[in-house]
Amino acid sequence: MLKFLLRRGLLAVLVLLTVLTVSFALTRLSGDVAVSMAGAQATQEDVDIIRKAYGLDRPLTVQFFSWVAGVATGDLGRSYLHHAPVGGLIRARLPITLTLGATGLVIALCLALPLGILAAMNEGRVLDRAIMMVAVVGQAMPSFWLGLVLVIWLGVKWQLLPISGVDTWHGYILPGFVLAFSAVPALMRLTRGGMVDALASDYVRTARAKGLTRLTVVMKHALRNAAMPVVAVAAVQLGFMLGGSIVIESVFALNGVGYLAWESIAKNDFPVVQAVVLFLATIYIVLTLVADLFNAALDPRLRIG
Amino acid sequence: MLDRPALLDVEGLRVRFSPKVEAIRGVSLRVERGQTHCVVGESGCGKSVSALAVMGLLARGAKRSAGHMRFDGQDILNLSERELQKLRGDRMAMIFQEPMTSLNPAYTVGSQMAEVLVRHRRVGKQQGLDRAAELLAKVGITAPGMRLAQYPHQLSGGLRQRVMIAMALMCDPELLIADEPTTALDVTVQAQILRLLRDLQQELGLAILLITHDLGVVARIAHKVSVMYAGEVVESASATDLFASPRHPYTRGLLACVPVPGTIKRGEPLGSIPGTVPRIADGFVGCGFRDRCAYAMPACAIGVPQRDDGAGHRHLCHLQ
Repeated sequence: MLKFLLRRGLLAVLVLLTVLTVSFALTRLSGDVAVSMAGAQATQEDVDIIRKAYGLDRPLTVQFFSWVAGVATGDLGRSYLHHAPVGGLIRARLPITLTLGATGLVIALCLALPLGILAAMNEGRVLDRAIMMVAVVGQAMPSFWLGLVLVIWLGVKWQLLPISGVDTWHGYILPGFVLAFSAVPALMRLTRGGMVDALASDYVRTARAKGLTRLTVVMKHALRNAAMPVVAVAAVQLGFMLGGSIVIESVFALNGVGYLAWESIAKNDFPVVQAVVLFLATIYIVLTLVADLFNAALDPRLRIG
Repeated sequence: MLDRPALLDVEGLRVRFSPKVEAIRGVSLRVERGQTHCVVGESGCGKSVSALAVMGLLARGAKRSAGHMRFDGQDILNLSERELQKLRGDRMAMIFQEPMTSLNPAYTVGSQMAEVLVRHRRVGKQQGLDRAAELLAKVGITAPGMRLAQYPHQLSGGLRQRVMIAMALMCDPELLIADEPTTALDVTVQAQILRLLRDLQQELGLAILLITHDLGVVARIAHKVSVMYAGEVVESASATDLFASPRHPYTRGLLACVPVPGTIKRGEPLGSIPGTVPRIADGFVGCGFRDRCAYAMPACAIGVPQRDDGAGHRHLCHLQ
């Protein structure tokens, strides 16, 4: 178990270092930051002043290592736009994004697990095909479009749910649902696949031979084994959701980390962009690690070695 | 003996997997209380399917029908799934060929065993675990307390099959159906498991329906034998009778394949049956063995008489 943890931990650190480099490189590759910050009417003099003020006149390697050194000490840089430390900006917006992600994940699991199990129990029948068809449609539907459609119908026409802001918890329902929608097809297919295998397995036959009820056979014996890959993918999907909230937060006007990223990209606030990329990547890496640990908890065979 | 019905009495069992393929074509079996009834035959002859059909464990899409199917005089053919569940694991239990995959990898041995008693006897988990420990000791597993907390992957194949047997005995069943319980095991372990089954039967008065392709197993443990071929029982008799005077050409062929020390000569080939088991399509009439049979005659393609010597030795052939 310890070896397993160490190996995964080392891998996570390597991935983080790569992300650190890539997020730095990408913001530098998208043009001369000083020019775009200065604006269209700026003179060469203005640009030079800005370049000097933000340390952009230093060699790239120096900029890179001061960024890495900053990150290592918890200093993610300063935003040009907000004139505040990036760390504080992210921290202030994090609760909204995390709540949104958690809502999305819960809704996704509440839809995907029962549907996947139902489909597997009716493998090859009409219900199975209907559910899989919905999955294909869902996979093909872009989330910003679904978000807008829901806003128009549920929010504007019928006025059932708030369409922007999170003054009450109701505000999370629509964006959470839209976020969940993109994750449901993958989770559902995985649940279905795992359950189909598990239901055809020898140990499920044994469970039936023991006279256990259908409910126990399916929910205890089959689902426990089918759940392992689902847990892993659910964690990764949560990562996608937190990253994907960039689109959703701007559609629903939620002032979260995703909105911050969108705003910074649009206004070329590159310290924020690189910090948010790094931050979301870190969450992603941590979630993958957590998924591995979860799997080890579910599958006794993974606990040794 | 006639006043009490056979423990398991199956008459004319048929199983169909698709509209075109009938896997079991009228199998009849009688398992008496406290006896071992062996079903022998090659792979694909329908032994396992028959056993699963009796337990009501056929895969979805399989259609089962029979003249009658009774367990302890009670009709089990038309039982609802719920009523059948109450019988399974309680009064009739089953163990399988693949001990490596038949236990759930996600749960401990103890929890999987205790579950049976909790389900059928409405007792607490601790009582289930106590009973499980007792049975693990009975099937010859040392340190049962430790084994209860272990997961299946921590046990060898032989140990897992012992666990399966112990689990099947949790509710003191009257009938144990064992589907090739020793096939996947090492030869030495096979012998141990067989001895265990024989001992348990004598001690508990258990009836065993043992599915096997191994005549050596039959010779060691069977009271009665049914020989299956292509979805039919072609011969059934007491074990001593069958080995002494096999009547069906297929049974004779099977017995000729087994080397018996002292009677075979060096350099002489062992017997074998030419050909393979035919696919029996719908509308097939006559004897399923006729294409491989040395004694086949034109009448074999038309129909086969059921012969009974009046002393419980029956076979399906024109030959006496």
